[in-house]
Amino acid sequence: MYRYDEFDSALVNERVAQFRGQVARRLSGYLDEDRFKPLRLMNGVYLQLHAYMLRVAIPYGTLDSRQMRRLARIARVYDRGYGHFTTRQNVQYNWPKLAEVPDILAELAEVEMHAIQTSGNCIRNVTADHFAGAAADEVEDPRIHAEVIRQWSTLHPEFSFLPRKFKIAVTGAARDRAAINVHDIGLQMLRNEAGEPGFRVVVGGGLGRTPIVGPTIREFLPKAELLSYLEAVLRVYNRLGRRDNPFKARIKILVASVGGDAFAAMVEEEWQALRGGSLDLPEEEVARIAAYFAPPPFGALPAQDTEFEAMRFEDRDFARWCRTNLHPHKQQGYAILSISLKPVGGVPGDATAEQMEAVADLAERYGLDEIRVSHEQNLVLPHIRLRDVHAVWQGLVAAGLGAANIGLVSDIISCPGLDYCNLANARSIPVAQRIATRFADLDRQHDIGELKLKISGCINACGYHHVGHIGILGVDKKGSEFYQITLGGSAGEDASLGEIVGPAFSYDDVVDAVETLVETYVGLRETGERFLDAYRRLGSAPFKEALYAGH
Amino acid sequence: MPVIKDGQLVENDWTFIPDSVPLDGVSRPVVSLARWQGESRALLGRNRWLGLRLPNIADPAVIGAELHCFALIELEFPTFRDGRAYSQARLLRERHGYLGELRAVGGIGRDQYFFLDRCGFDSVRVAGDEAELACALEGWYEAMAEISVPMQPASDRRPPASSLRERRRAAAGAS
Repeated sequence: MYRYDEFDSALVNERVAQFRGQVARRLSGYLDEDRFKPLRLMNGVYLQLHAYMLRVAIPYGTLDSRQMRRLARIARVYDRGYGHFTTRQNVQYNWPKLAEVPDILAELAEVEMHAIQTSGNCIRNVTADHFAGAAADEVEDPRIHAEVIRQWSTLHPEFSFLPRKFKIAVTGAARDRAAINVHDIGLQMLRNEAGEPGFRVVVGGGLGRTPIVGPTIREFLPKAELLSYLEAVLRVYNRLGRRDNPFKARIKILVASVGGDAFAAMVEEEWQALRGGSLDLPEEEVARIAAYFAPPPFGALPAQDTEFEAMRFEDRDFARWCRTNLHPHKQQGYAILSISLKPVGGVPGDATAEQMEAVADLAERYGLDEIRVSHEQNLVLPHIRLRDVHAVWQGLVAAGLGAANIGLVSDIISCPGLDYCNLANARSIPVAQRIATRFADLDRQHDIGELKLKISGCINACGYHHVGHIGILGVDKKGSEFYQITLGGSAGEDASLGEIVGPAFSYDDVVDAVETLVETYVGLRETGERFLDAYRRLGSAPFKEALYAGH
Repeated sequence: MPVIKDGQLVENDWTFIPDSVPLDGVSRPVVSLARWQGESRALLGRNRWLGLRLPNIADPAVIGAELHCFALIELEFPTFRDGRAYSQARLLRERHGYLGELRAVGGIGRDQYFFLDRCGFDSVRVAGDEAELACALEGWYEAMAEISVPMQPASDRRPPASSLRERRRAAAGAS
């Protein structure tokens, strides 16, 4: 993985000192909250319902055991013993003291981490496929150019006061595990007819109150010209994006208002004037970064491991866990292993300091020292030898991380909701907990199969409900919490937005409604058909009928 | 109000003149874009220093061919949150080759100075009370020293990390 050189280190350390000064100016009263706000936001510090919240970047979701142990230490020393992994491959601490935030940032800088641009109207932490470097289907490791983007976007002087926040996601494969179609810019690596690698560029996707699957504005962008093209997109947006209404300020509104083709033409014009300049990185610089993402020292192993097969045969719980939590690796004899942060009754994405340390130990001992954070709020050990999978699983079970539910109905994405967030209309986490409890029977979950359920506590859609196979949106109806259900969304390469199925359900009734939907699907599915595919085949009618027939 | 220019706090000797007010007797007037577009011949006929205030919705290309007429261009920040003028500044400097004074006016302060400097501004009008003025220059120097190596090229002369890395490679190759 990428290691800082003296320039990266200098910037992050100077940034800590800078923020220490800004906090001192705030605490002394020189800066009022209005002026301090954009500065703290650019360092990941939010003011939430109860306290300040610190959001730490995990660029493209990659970290090693040393960094994970530091996250654990921060949770223990500066917070209440846990952290929360988010849908944007960040980790959040909900209870830091403002005066201590500079110390936390200094602790992060020691392990080459930061909280720069994890909030505010700037280019946010860049995200990537959490299976990068391990997936069999990728053109190139997307983290190489995600790192290029991270550096270019850090303290960008022109784009630090954009109309609104700006999120970039990169995938190296046709199979989209980074939700590129619902980002401000989504980049998919592919090869052109000459076999050269480059990017397909999607712009103006997003969720929130105006969900849009973004249009492709360029089918093929040569790799070497990535930064000049991104600068062109950002410049058009910075100059022309709306600033009169924060709800209309994302780039998706600009793109939708002029149309994808016209927007592409505006970018093209700007890009023609910019390209060929100093933004083109020399090949040696790209090679320097790429070297950090070279494949780790994989062993030469047989494709099958008899011990692993025997364990799967003997241990039913292990076999069931393998069915959902293991994924094929590009290297023979290895597997990608997902760690669910969705235990029944838990808070989606939360991990205690002890659990973080357990994951760090397992990664160091068995996993070539690599850990990933997925945008589905889980962790990943990307490089595990098949023969070690059973030992890792035992370690995870011992740490309370053995949930065998990746991709199943209880693997819920949820925003913090009304329990933490001052924007929310309704609680999210308790709804997620009640649904997971209702479906606690693992055999039943495995029988139901892949089902992506996503919950947002308000229209800002931090739980990505629009792209859930089942999406749940909390709304306020005359002072009580109600939940609107959407069906048929997807964040993958077949991206689609869910459709509202009908009138909202009360807090008490929403879990029954989900169960009714699931039972309707189970009754109507064809052999091997996923919920999403069944919904696409059948349409909403049978689901509506089942939900509202008696009303 | 004073301005910070070339690392010094100096009195502002430019005056913005509203469109309806005659320019007689004003030695260094700053005019609106609308006035410039309507009266450019008369304004040039005065044969004196002229400044232009460019609204932040304007495309700098509209004055791209006339930049030699101005000794000063003011770009506006209605609030520090409105970053449109950063793009205008870079376009004026890097695309249109403007060499005169580029001044930031509006709701900006110490924590924007570094970004302004990197985007090609060479002066900033200091807003605020006496206490603000007293520490403005100190704040400017602090801001300039906060980040030693930027991560991307812009309109300033600071070499970005990618250039320094290239130099280091070249030096390693030569030895």
